[in-house]
Amino acid sequence: MVRPKITPIAASLTPSVEVPRLRMDGICKRFGATIALENVSLEVLPGEVHALVGENGAGKSTLMKILSGAIPPDRGTMWLDGEPFAPLHPLDARRHGIAMIYQELSLAPHLSVMENILLGMEPHRGGFIRWGQMKRRAEEALSQLGLSDLPLSVPVRALPPGLQQMVEIARALVTQARVVVLDEPTSSLTQDDVVRLFDLVKRLRERGLSVIYISHFLEEVKQISDRFTVLRDGHSVGTGSTASTPVDQIVRMMVGREITELYPRRTRTRGEVVLEIRGLTGIDKPRDVSLTLHRGEIVGIAGLIGSGRTELLRAIFGLQPITQGLVRVGVLSGWADPGKRWRQGVGFVSEDRKREGLAMGLSISANMTLPRLDYLGPWGLILPSRERQMAERWIQSLAIKCQGPGQPVWALSGGTQQKVALSRLLYANVDVLILDEPTRGIDVGSKAQIYRLIAQAAEGSPEYGTRPRAVLMVSSYLPELLGLCDRIAVMYRGQLVACAPVGDWTEHKLMLAATGQTSELAEHQ
Amino acid sequence: MSETPKKRATSLRQSERWNASFLSTLGRFTALIVVFLFFAILVEGGKFYSPRNLENILRQSAVYATASLGMTMVIIAAGIDLSIGSIIALSLVTVAWILDYHYLVPTADGGMETVYLIRVYPVVLPWIALLAGIGVGTLAGFVNGVTIVRLRLVPFIVTLGTMGIFRGLAKGLAEEKDIYPHEDTWLTQLMDPTLTSQDVHWRMWILPPGVWILIAAAIFAAVLLRYTRLGRYMYAIGSNEETARLCGVPVGRVKVVTYTLAGFFGGLAGLMQFSFIGGIGQPTSAVAYELFVIAAVVIGGGSLMGGQGSILGSVIGALIITILYMGGQQMGWPKWVQEAVIGVIIIAAVVIDRLRQQKTG
Repeated sequence: MVRPKITPIAASLTPSVEVPRLRMDGICKRFGATIALENVSLEVLPGEVHALVGENGAGKSTLMKILSGAIPPDRGTMWLDGEPFAPLHPLDARRHGIAMIYQELSLAPHLSVMENILLGMEPHRGGFIRWGQMKRRAEEALSQLGLSDLPLSVPVRALPPGLQQMVEIARALVTQARVVVLDEPTSSLTQDDVVRLFDLVKRLRERGLSVIYISHFLEEVKQISDRFTVLRDGHSVGTGSTASTPVDQIVRMMVGREITELYPRRTRTRGEVVLEIRGLTGIDKPRDVSLTLHRGEIVGIAGLIGSGRTELLRAIFGLQPITQGLVRVGVLSGWADPGKRWRQGVGFVSEDRKREGLAMGLSISANMTLPRLDYLGPWGLILPSRERQMAERWIQSLAIKCQGPGQPVWALSGGTQQKVALSRLLYANVDVLILDEPTRGIDVGSKAQIYRLIAQAAEGSPEYGTRPRAVLMVSSYLPELLGLCDRIAVMYRGQLVACAPVGDWTEHKLMLAATGQTSELAEHQ
Repeated sequence: MSETPKKRATSLRQSERWNASFLSTLGRFTALIVVFLFFAILVEGGKFYSPRNLENILRQSAVYATASLGMTMVIIAAGIDLSIGSIIALSLVTVAWILDYHYLVPTADGGMETVYLIRVYPVVLPWIALLAGIGVGTLAGFVNGVTIVRLRLVPFIVTLGTMGIFRGLAKGLAEEKDIYPHEDTWLTQLMDPTLTSQDVHWRMWILPPGVWILIAAAIFAAVLLRYTRLGRYMYAIGSNEETARLCGVPVGRVKVVTYTLAGFFGGLAGLMQFSFIGGIGQPTSAVAYELFVIAAVVIGGGSLMGGQGSILGSVIGALIITILYMGGQQMGWPKWVQEAVIGVIIIAAVVIDRLRQQKTG
């Protein structure tokens, strides 16, 4: 493996190449009876991008919480540049040069880019901010990252999420971070922003910083990292050079088993039309979209972020207004609000679990049964015994890992949460499942389970006496669409530009259609 | 083989969870007893636990507690109702105004005679006054709800506004004076002491009728929150409004109903307050009650972020606040000390709650 050239900017930061920047050794952590981490070790070199991979619940976030001083380890030691390191609290860790960049951005949305970059370390004289110096330092940080085009005085909430993240990374640079932790940095980014982010990570590496890169996307890990460490069930199961390890070997380490079939085999037969859309037009997007959906089939919608995929699903489900066109569910036509849609047999899973998909403070059963509380008793009553029985049935058949129906949803892992969101549709016994990014931010193992559930829903399961259903799903992850769907439609600038059986598509063709290069697409076909 | 231990672990954890919610109620109960004992010991001559004083505590707290039932629902649904004190006043002024309604009729000798409606309809009129009092409160709550939903305004702002409007209406109706109804009716006696009463028949009530009303209303509210669709919708909206909307919850309608119910319980509290202050229509009554009521809900475990709160907790909260208030008075604390102590207790309750949640979560 070719070790990237290290150009130490600040000599003090890299005393010697031999001494690891960060060493975590024999870290153990329990929460009550649960062992979160058992004897975990992690070694990150200066000027290295180190990928930390593992399924949800493998212990990655716990390990990072320990590194960032949010929680203390039960046992184990840490060294930072050869010095013992035991942060007392997050601020202490930050002072020692640990910069955490989370999925949820931690910027002050109303403050400007410049103010955010230097937040908490504004240059001042007697309490008065020295704006000139502040501007200079912010500019310096941005130019070092190749982001000189970023406007300094714009409030960060006005920036797209991709650029907001860059601001946060610039802040890490200004705070003289030694270790930058990027937790799922690309999950909400467009393709362009991902390229920019990778460029930025490389610059951080060139400057001698160490980057811990947490991601579910192994393609990214492969592309950006020098070495990797795999966590599984709270153990560190392997570490190695990314370049010399094939992806499927990393996957094996992650799941501890072979994922023989990530995508379930198709054994579906197409039934009658259950959802028909004609000339559907929203306020801005979608524009003039027509599509039919049959019982027993999975139709995927590809397209770039902002192409109107989400808006299409939301317009169908009544979460967004329709200005023109027709949505027909079975024999019922016309616009309907979500309440009506549920009763018509249409269910929806949101792309944003936290903000919209689930009520995190409520229990699993409350979340699951919310759309059809009328199943739980007469006269607007909720019979606790029936609620429990219903919830337990779906917890069992979807293998939802939990302590019981009464457990609050926030305590579950991302993949399990997604199963709860999906269980709502099965509980409500809908005919049409509308899924927006159903596997976003969940690990490989959970993904496989979700795929199986979706396929089962489309096929119908004699075991539970359910009939085949129709699935309409949006995904940014092309292999998933190709692996799971029967037909794939592509959206471009609010319009549905192509819809064809899955056999006619390749990743390349999907990308061409999604970027509006229809002429090239025609040449390919 | 692997099933059994797993299942056992599950049921064990569930019982732990049940214990957690039980403990939080138990904790509040303990706090209530501690606060009570504190004053029982410190107030001289055992006056604090005399039957008369105990009854007074109940009578005063019944007003707060009744109003807190609706406030609990509002707060669970992530709202706030600052107008509740004004609703109480508007309701009690309405009651007094109807009981005092009179008009002039010419007499045979050419003069004018004042006719009191209560004399003409001695049986029906108190009932009309009762319905009007509750009805006015309910209507006020409905106005709050519709304004919040239709104009898409923050509940804080809307109810801050209606706090002034309803108080103004109460004062207008009473012509900025206290209304002294011509005759006492059973509405005046609603909160009269029972056990310390001279009247044997009245003693049969054991508790003042108003307290019985509170108990019935509290059971109604608790069942509504726990065992009905409407109650579940309130929790869902408070926990995550977007999720509720996605799941087809008629968010706007539920909010209107929630504020309307808050107004209903406010009206009920107004009836009690009417009796408690001696059967007069005092438009400046119940000023700042919204703060006591909100405090009662918060001490009872309600979260202003929504999705959390319980009826039993709020009732205990109302009792704690009343005991602090009355105990402080009887200890001869200056008013500023009383107010500061109540403030400290509110903050402490929330802090303790959070510490407890961190431990179990």
